[in-house]
Amino acid sequence: MDLSTFIQQLLNGISLGGLYALIAIGYTMVYGILRLINFAHGDVFMLATYFAYYLVGIYMLPWWLGITLAVLLAALVGMSIDRVAYRPLRNAPRISALITAVGVSFLLENGGIVVLGARPKGFPRPEIMGKVYTLAGASIIGVSVWVPVLTLLILAALLFIVYRTKIGAAMRAVSTDMETTRLMGVDIDRVISFTFALGSALAAAGGIMWAFKFPQINPLMGILPGWKAFTAAVVGGIGNIIGAMLGGLVIGIVEIMIVAFLPWLSGYKDAFVFIILIAFLLFKPTGFLGEPLKEKV
Amino acid sequence: MLKLQDLHVYYGGIHALKGVSIDVPEGSIVTLIGANGAGKSTMLKTITGLVRPRKGTITLNDEEITGQPAHRIVSKGVAMVPEGRRIFRNLTVYENLMMGAYPRTDRNGIKEDLERVFSLFPRLKERRNQKGGTLSGGEQQMLAIGRGLMSSPSLLALDEPSLGLAPVLVQEVFQILKQIHEQGKTILLIEQNAKAALQLADRAYVMETGRITMQGTGRELLENELVRKAYLGE
Ligand SMILES: Nc1ncnc2c1ncn2[C@@H]1O[C@H](COP(=O)(O)OP(=O)(O)OP(=O)(O)O)[C@@H](O)[C@H]1O
Ligand SMILES: [Mg+2]
Repeated sequence: MDLSTFIQQLLNGISLGGLYALIAIGYTMVYGILRLINFAHGDVFMLATYFAYYLVGIYMLPWWLGITLAVLLAALVGMSIDRVAYRPLRNAPRISALITAVGVSFLLENGGIVVLGARPKGFPRPEIMGKVYTLAGASIIGVSVWVPVLTLLILAALLFIVYRTKIGAAMRAVSTDMETTRLMGVDIDRVISFTFALGSALAAAGGIMWAFKFPQINPLMGILPGWKAFTAAVVGGIGNIIGAMLGGLVIGIVEIMIVAFLPWLSGYKDAFVFIILIAFLLFKPTGFLGEPLKEKV
Repeated sequence: MLKLQDLHVYYGGIHALKGVSIDVPEGSIVTLIGANGAGKSTMLKTITGLVRPRKGTITLNDEEITGQPAHRIVSKGVAMVPEGRRIFRNLTVYENLMMGAYPRTDRNGIKEDLERVFSLFPRLKERRNQKGGTLSGGEQQMLAIGRGLMSSPSLLALDEPSLGLAPVLVQEVFQILKQIHEQGKTILLIEQNAKAALQLADRAYVMETGRITMQGTGRELLENELVRKAYLGE
């Protein structure tokens, strides 16, 4: 392998990993607050691409408007899932909510097949994403430039919200001590709703950019990226936002490198991610940045 | 200002409060003492809306607030400094204090209160950008009290603020409570340190296994034979 191929592949890995990071954050934020793995999260990622598909591809809205609306709709879906499926179980044993999450996920996937159709749809691509740029003699396509740039901007915005705003402080407070946060006059349900909305919006942005890269969408497309992003969250230390970002990058890079440099194993690239997941769950369930496991009272 | 009438609280099958009535007049310091497990924290949690009573009423300034959610009660002017400090260890000192002011929107008022807290606890100002979890036990208690003050409460309820502190710091905590009271806050204080608490109190109650068994002025209870035996170790 030569250096420039390596760098090229590294950039591809970062670009893909950034998308995993966007999804992983939603898993990790919800887990941090509710100790719940929201299995339906990957399906929100999928729904967002359909929203964009219909708004832009069918109803011909301009891209900026279609994407904005799709992200908002996805946020609304995420919030509603919490409201309808998880909130009634807030005081129930944790396993009940977990089983419900699996159920919601199946519902969205199979409901998607019924309502949206199982056949993949071709996702439209804005002009700028297909444009070819020439950079230092090499040519590079728009998606490869803009997806990582947008991802970075979104991640920066997220960090700003979580670490520099009032609602962000409340989110961090809730995830350490829910009861005391209530004593501060915080309406916990609103913070939780906001967390679901924010996580879903990030997954939606990730989903739409995913569809720019791989312009075929289908109702089951959220499953694999969802699991990989979940792995990323575990690798980074579930509950830890920075961890989810780094975990996403690691998973993206590993996946791309396997395909690029061990091509005879590329058929197993997805299996590798699950090996990582299982290994971490067995040997280091708190991931790289997670706090020691502590049962919530 | 605050009145509890015949409060009954259950945790599943455990009858934790069995008809508690107390009265906290405006501008007073009221103290509640009692053995471990008597139900003192339960009473505070019921006042602040963390626990719902099965029976009885809580009245704040002539308005019944029984069973309202915690976040509403804070906005009505009741702040609690919980047992064990419970500061947010992953938030900075400044962020902890601002969490105390969460429901408020009056920027200038918040700023003034922040200055007031910093002048009460200069150590907190020095450490404002440090994570709460890195503070010493005493500093954490100061932070918990400061955080309680940040909601600009008319009633400050404290659950064993001197617990686990070195004697010098215990002194300091009581000194500070006195100052806070002089600045016009009504105080409801739960304490194991019965002597210091009763000396400070205008009114005091003794709780035993979910019931109020004695009440009087701080001085009356200090001089009471039973109290001296059971709580002052004499
Ligand atoms: N969440 C809970 N679930 C079940 N029982 C509880 C719960 N909290 C308190 N209890 C029980 O209720 C009773 C009163 O507890 P509480 O914490 O109010 O006592 P306390 O007077 O504050 O004691 P301490 O001085 O040790 O803080 C105890 O018997 C306790 O075991
Ligand atoms: Mg207690």
